[in-house]
Amino acid sequence: MSEIRKSWGLHTGVVALLLALNFILPDYHHGNLARVMVLACYAMGYNMLFGYTGLLSLGHALFFAAGMYGMSLTVQHLGWSAGPAIIVGLASGLAMSLVVGILSLRTAGVAFMIVTLMFAQAGYLAALYFGEYTRGDEGFVIQKAARQIGGIDLSDPMSRYLAALVLFAVCLFITLRVVQTGFGRVLVAIRENEERTRMLGYDVHLHKLLAILLSGTMSAAAGAAYGLLFGYAGATFASVQYSIFPLLWVLLGGAGTVLGPFVGTLFMFYLIDLSSDISTAYMLIAGLTLVLLTLFAPQGLVGELRRRTLRWLP
Amino acid sequence: MTKSNSDHIKIVETPTITDTKQPNRRQAIKTLAATTTLAAVASTTPLFGRYGQAQSAEPIKIGFQVHRTGIGAAYGRWYNRTTEAAVKKINDEGGINGREVQIVAEDDGTDPKRGAEVVEKLATQHGCDIAFGTLFSHVVIGSAPRAGELKIPYFVVSEGHHVASGMLNRYTLQPGITDVKSQVQAMAPFVNSTLGKKVTMIYPDFAFGHDHRDYFSAAVEAQGGKVVAKIAIPPTESSFTKYFPKIPRDTEVIYHVMVGPAVLTFVKEMGEFFGNSRPEIFGFIDSLEAVDLASPGLEFLEGTYFWEGNPRYAQANQSDFDKAYRAAVGVDKNGASISDSKDVSTYAHMFGCWETLHIVKAGMEASGYAGAGDRAKLIEAVEAMNSMPHSYANPQGAKEFNGKTHQTFGHQYITRVENGRLVLAHTTSIADTYYPDEVDYTTQSF
Repeated sequence: MSEIRKSWGLHTGVVALLLALNFILPDYHHGNLARVMVLACYAMGYNMLFGYTGLLSLGHALFFAAGMYGMSLTVQHLGWSAGPAIIVGLASGLAMSLVVGILSLRTAGVAFMIVTLMFAQAGYLAALYFGEYTRGDEGFVIQKAARQIGGIDLSDPMSRYLAALVLFAVCLFITLRVVQTGFGRVLVAIRENEERTRMLGYDVHLHKLLAILLSGTMSAAAGAAYGLLFGYAGATFASVQYSIFPLLWVLLGGAGTVLGPFVGTLFMFYLIDLSSDISTAYMLIAGLTLVLLTLFAPQGLVGELRRRTLRWLP
Repeated sequence: MTKSNSDHIKIVETPTITDTKQPNRRQAIKTLAATTTLAAVASTTPLFGRYGQAQSAEPIKIGFQVHRTGIGAAYGRWYNRTTEAAVKKINDEGGINGREVQIVAEDDGTDPKRGAEVVEKLATQHGCDIAFGTLFSHVVIGSAPRAGELKIPYFVVSEGHHVASGMLNRYTLQPGITDVKSQVQAMAPFVNSTLGKKVTMIYPDFAFGHDHRDYFSAAVEAQGGKVVAKIAIPPTESSFTKYFPKIPRDTEVIYHVMVGPAVLTFVKEMGEFFGNSRPEIFGFIDSLEAVDLASPGLEFLEGTYFWEGNPRYAQANQSDFDKAYRAAVGVDKNGASISDSKDVSTYAHMFGCWETLHIVKAGMEASGYAGAGDRAKLIEAVEAMNSMPHSYANPQGAKEFNGKTHQTFGHQYITRVENGRLVLAHTTSIADTYYPDEVDYTTQSF
């Protein structure tokens, strides 16, 4: 079996497994897996830029929040239904990533990190400043009646899980497809050696910009979905810690792997959740675990798996 | 025994099974499993009887969503102590409906995402009867939709206006602490009549500050006063000297509310700016909760006034109820821990946990609460409450609960800093805190 067929088989299998879990998981894990799948889309978006293109952004919460607010503000203030509101959320993420991409790509390395961080901070403060509409740090509830698409109630546990799974599958297969195309290989080439890629005749700037657009829009899709599926939008999701989370999830799962973001998000969720059952000092347990992982699996869980055995993993 | 058996059946019929209108495969599998279990258990009558007895003796689980980490940690520490003290008292008095009360605490990190996860965990994994205890507004608003979907009563101790504004749902109630809208508007008569009519407001430039700005401005103008300047401080600010020159010279009263660690710098710099000639100063204690008034830099607060939900220092007219409550929680007459005088409490807010738990007890007993199937009855029982007299269960003072808006109303306290202590200067009436209803949750179905 070719490596490409193995890859598609594995990732289709993961989606099928998640579909099967819908019918057997207890309520608590069922609800949380839905949440993890949505956040994994955010991590996948981040991974496209960081893991494959080698651009370390510290401001991705801006894109997540753009999707969340693009969707929720149109629902809240314009009375739009969820379907068109999601489109607005995606468009907001696309537009935001275009602006940020054009400006931030004038920098590189540490400067790129700082510029993206500053853009995100500006976005966070804007969400607070326009508190009349966003309710700032408090945020607002997206009422149950507005959380419906085509008559499907997204506040229903099964509908929510399946909607999260659809989004997850779309993001997963887009990522898988992209990394198999010439475009994806150029992104990896930029990550490995930008000068050499340029010398080979590729338009590095354009590829980076497209990577930001894809990454930002995927993050925005996750933000819009999170607001819609869980009924809340607030400035916390635009804060700096929500820019750090996807970096952490991707590093834990394996940067530059298609499944790594999902594995990292899932691992981090259960690390916090289970360690909080053991002790009130659960942050210490979580911190120690992360240190150990960084020492013994520096390429992340899936990255380490690829290094040791499954070298064909995309 | 008969009651025990019926309790058992109610518990087996979990809300997930009974409350779902549209069956699906997963729920069908669960229903089948539950029915099979019930049939198997029922086929052995002696075992059924014993199990039933055990069920009725099972503790009532109260899920406590606590800010153990994050920005709300200081509040969370004292909310936790108050909650433990209240549960001890309730259990010492026989529990609720003869059942022991057990607290299941989960840290939400003062984060709305984790908050929603915690509510989910308390409801579906720990099998708690209710969720309780959240303070910070963004965590309440982020968690309440999940509480509504999971159909678990969610008793918050937040003082946010989000409950009474109609933003949340029938499962979310705030019966143990007044909300910011009523607190702020109740201050206006005192500020206007005692301190001055021309007010400059200094507040943080986010939702909490905006609530103060909007509610107080309206209230003070209704009293014939005037807000002469509104100075919003960005949340990232660490020095305030550039804002003080914006205070108009004819200001008679400065109204300040600054949440966060920058409050010490704020007070110090305000003192340096005004020197010995300052206008009257009125503030909300929120920023100084868990902060020792003897901290360096706070000397300038001498002679200024504060809103307190419950006076930190034991007052000359201290009630026996406050005395007993203070002793039960482990707070000395200065508002600090009896075991560590430097560990200052969040006394102005934490009574809300004590009072809420007593209201939950009263609601469960009035509704004959036996298990998760009676959650709607519990909410209806609380909605039916109105006057709550000053008592050991309500040591902060008498309350009037509005079942339609799920919000309680009560006395507010204004204290003055005298020799480094907060001394009671004025107590508002409950009527001062009223405003027209903005929602009727009782019209929402369960």
